[in-house]
Formats: sequence, C-alpha cells, structure tokens
Amino acid sequence: MSSNHTCQPERLVTLKLKIWRQENKNAKGHFDEFNQKVSPDSSILEMLDEVNNKLEAEGKTPIAFESDCREGICGTCGLAVNGHPHGPLPKIATCQLHMRNFKDGETLYIEPFRAAAFPVIKDLIIDRTGFDKIQQAGGYTSFNTGSAPDASAILISKKSADLSLDAAECIGCGACVAACKNSSAMLFVSAKVSQFALLPQGQPERYDRVQAMVKVMDENAFGSCTNTYACEAECPKGISVSNIARMNRDYFMAKLVNEKVEV
Amino acid sequence: MRWFTDFTNSSLGKKFIMALTGILLMMFLIVHFIGNMMLYFGPAAFQKYVETLEVVKPLVRVIEIILALIFIFHIYNGVRLWWINKKANPEKYAVDASRENSDVFSRSMAITGSIIFIFLAVHLSTFWYSFNFGTHPETEYPFYTIVSDWFRIPYYSIIYIISMGFLGFHLNHAFQSAFQTFGLNHKKYTPLIKIVGTIFALIMALGFASIPIYFLMGGK
Ligand code: HEM
Ligand code: SF4
Ligand code: FES
Repeated sequence: MSSNHTCQPERLVTLKLKIWRQENKNAKGHFDEFNQKVSPDSSILEMLDEVNNKLEAEGKTPIAFESDCREGICGTCGLAVNGHPHGPLPKIATCQLHMRNFKDGETLYIEPFRAAAFPVIKDLIIDRTGFDKIQQAGGYTSFNTGSAPDASAILISKKSADLSLDAAECIGCGACVAACKNSSAMLFVSAKVSQFALLPQGQPERYDRVQAMVKVMDENAFGSCTNTYACEAECPKGISVSNIARMNRDYFMAKLVNEKVEV
Repeated sequence: MRWFTDFTNSSLGKKFIMALTGILLMMFLIVHFIGNMMLYFGPAAFQKYVETLEVVKPLVRVIEIILALIFIFHIYNGVRLWWINKKANPEKYAVDASRENSDVFSRSMAITGSIIFIFLAVHLSTFWYSFNFGTHPETEYPFYTIVSDWFRIPYYSIIYIISMGFLGFHLNHAFQSAFQTFGLNHKKYTPLIKIVGTIFALIMALGFASIPIYFLMGGK
C-alpha cells in the first residue's frame, strides 16, 4: 500500500462569517453573511481575498478592507474580530491572525474599528486622519541634521534607549482607540510622546510636544482615559500603559514649568 | 490664567481633578470610618465622640462646606467625562469582548459613582439631618439611639449594605487609577498599589457595612 501524505487534501475549516458592509460614511451599515471553507494556514486577510474573488466572479462588489505589509509592521490592516481589535489573540496585527486559531463551524463577526474619531469610509476601511493630525502636532524633533555626528557624542543609557524603542514599536494602527470603551487615544499618543521624552534629542521640545499633541488629541473626538487598560491588552505591539503615566507626568510638569507662556 | 483653564478643560486636566478630588474624598472616608468604629466601643463612647465634635462645630461646618465642594467637583467632572466618552464611542461591537480585556470595576465607575451619589442623598437626609437638625430621642445616649433606630429598619440597612458594596467597587478601581492619573506607574510599585487599593476597598466596604449588619443581627 502506498502512502502519500503530501497529496492528501488539506483539511479545511468551515466558518460562518458576518462581515460589516457600509456603502460610505453616511450610509447605514449591516452584516452580510458568508459560509466560507478556508485553509487553516491562511490569514484572515487571505480569507477575505478569497471571499472577494468569489464575489467578483459573481459580479458583486468586493468587501473593501485595507492592508499593506501583511507582516504586522505597517498598521493599516486593523479589523475587529468578535469584538477584539486585531482578533482575540494577544500581540498580533490582523494580518498575522491565522484561521487555524478558530474552530470548525465558529461564527466570526468582522467589523471595522469603531470610534467616533475613526469614521467608516467603506465597509471595513476607516479614516484615521485624527492620528495623522496628532502626529503633525508634535511627533517629530526639529534640528538640522548636518553631517553624521560621532556615535558617542551624545550618551544614552541602555535603559532609556530600550524604553524609548519599546514606545517606538507603536505602528499607529488605532487598536487602542478601538478597544477603549471611551475611544481614548492615550496609548497611541503616550507612545509617540514617550519615544522622544526618553531620549536626549527629544528634550528641547519635550514640554511643547506633549501639550501640542494632547491639545490636538482632545480636538479630534477621542474620549478621555478612565484607566481600564483595555488598550494595553489589545495592542498588537504590547505598548505599556506606563507610557500613559509618563505622558500624564510630562503634561502636568509642562503646565507647571514650561517657559513658553501663551497669552 | 489661560494656562490654568486650558488645563482644567483638557482631558488630562479633568482626569487630574477626578483623581485629586477622589483622593481627598478617600481621606474623608478614612476619618468617617474611624468615627463610625466608635460605635463598637459602646453608646457612652460614641456619645462622647459626637459631643467632642459638637464642641468644634464651626470647624466641622467649614470642613463640611469644603467637602461638599470636593464632591461637587468630583461629580461635575465625572459627569462631564462620562458624556464626552459616550459621544466618543457611539457604536458598539456585535460581540462584547470587554470582559476579556478589562475588569468590571474600571468599566462601571460612572454607575457605581451614581449609586454612591444616590446613597449620599439618602444618607444626608437621614443620618446627617437627624444628628444636626432632628429632634433627639430622650435616651441616655441619643446619638447612639439614632443610629440603632435607623439600622433596625431592615430595608434601610439592606440599602446601606448594598451601597457599601458599590462603594467598594468604586474604590477598588479608583485607588490605583488615581496613581496612574498622577503619572505614578512603575513595575516596582504598581502591583503593590493595586493590592493596597483592593485591601483598602475591602476594609472600607466591609467595615462600613458591618455596622448595619451588627444592628440587624440584634446588636444592642
Ligand atoms: C466617597 C465617595 C467617592 C470617592 C472616595 C471617590 C473616589 C474616586 C477616585 C479616587 C477616582 C479615580 C480618579 C482617577 O481615575 O484618576 C474616582 C473616579 C470617578 N468617580 Fe468617584 N469617588 C466617590 C464618589 C463618586 C460619586 C458620588 C460619583 C458620581 C456620580 C463618582 C464618579 C466617578 C467617576 C465617573 C469617576 C471616573 C472614572 C475614571 O476616570 O476612571 N464618584 N472616584
Ligand atoms: S499603541 Fe498599540 S494599539 Fe495603539 S496605535 Fe500603537 S500599536 Fe496600535
Ligand atoms: S498589513 Fe501591515 S500591519 Fe497588517
């Protein structure tokens, strides 16, 4: 008897998908239902690609969703799966979520990230301009780069460099806002503030930066933090809420000691 | 003064006021708690304690006004934040996963706070009113009698006990949350702060609730 494992048909997972469809920002959305057989090795985005191929073959409008890198570094792919931004597994982006993590016959609700600050553009695509505006308000350092300085000209302790790089891991995906019952952007903003506050290069603009970024955050329909820490639990990069505490500290210090006085 | 109003109107400023007023309220709770415990030293000891407070009545009145202002700021800001947060998150997910990423204490602050507020109204219109403006019973130790009379009414005691449970819920999140809001979060001490907060919440809830339980169970 010959045995040929490699030729055996792959065992597929059958899922009931309830996918959010919404024509545009102002339209009322609804869930469309699909029964999909899918390879356990496919990612959730690959599964949506397959659903879309079928829809297109039937002459129907494919589901609009966003992605770019498909390896967890660009932050565009956020979807909520069964109420969890980026799905129920910790510390991965939507594109890294594989269907082997779901049981045969399971129902998946696939929705856009929900927050007043992130209006739906179409189906699963949201508008994250609010984050861009916050970044433009202070997510940078301003100095003339000149020629490359000597590597040891500015000393940085390993501890603060590590913490700064931890904060810099934030990919701006918006899952923190999507997970928060108040749609607060504190985890994102605090990561962006902390990555500079922890380095010597960030010091000159430290207090102006935190005030400017918080101001724009408040102006863009994000809610206020109530320390539920849902953001940290759902963040694909494991950004710590200790960054939020650092931002609070910097903000209060800025109000007390910052030289710049607006009249 | 614009920097100041900018601050108090910012999301972080409102949080700061919540935490500051909340901490002050907790300090008041501790003082109130110690006072209540005098009941366990008997009617005479409790009478003496309340009479001591009567001697410094003007001071007590000043503290009461400050306390009322702290409560008003805490509640006003809490309602403002609740409203902003409601508007910021109008649409819920089809499946509610909040139980898996946060605890019930943190998610129910507005509800537990509102229950404390209702309790406060009842508490002031009964105990505080009876102590300050009511006709005192003709017993040897009238203040103790007022307390025992109220707590022998089962429905009153039960409302009181349940309210203390919600106070415990509020405090359990509030304690550690205030530290985070002030910017104090560190691997070194944050786990300890959380434990201390839970112990504090338990002591307050169980301690305050023990008094109506004592009288309901037939305590003299
Ligand atoms: C003895 C009474 C009370 C004490 C000791 C207390 C204490 C606190 C503390 C320490 C906080 C945490 C602040 C922070 O997160 O930084 C807090 C938050 C809060 N309290 Fe109270 N509070 C009391 C009564 C009330 C009442 C009567 C209400 C209102 C109706 C209320 C509503 C709230 C709300 C909405 C929050 C915000 C939740 C959050 O941001 O996490 N509290 N409280
Ligand atoms: S903090 Fe985490 S969840 Fe929020 S935007 Fe950055 S990576 Fe995404
Ligand atoms: S597609 Fe880039 S993070 Fe998922």
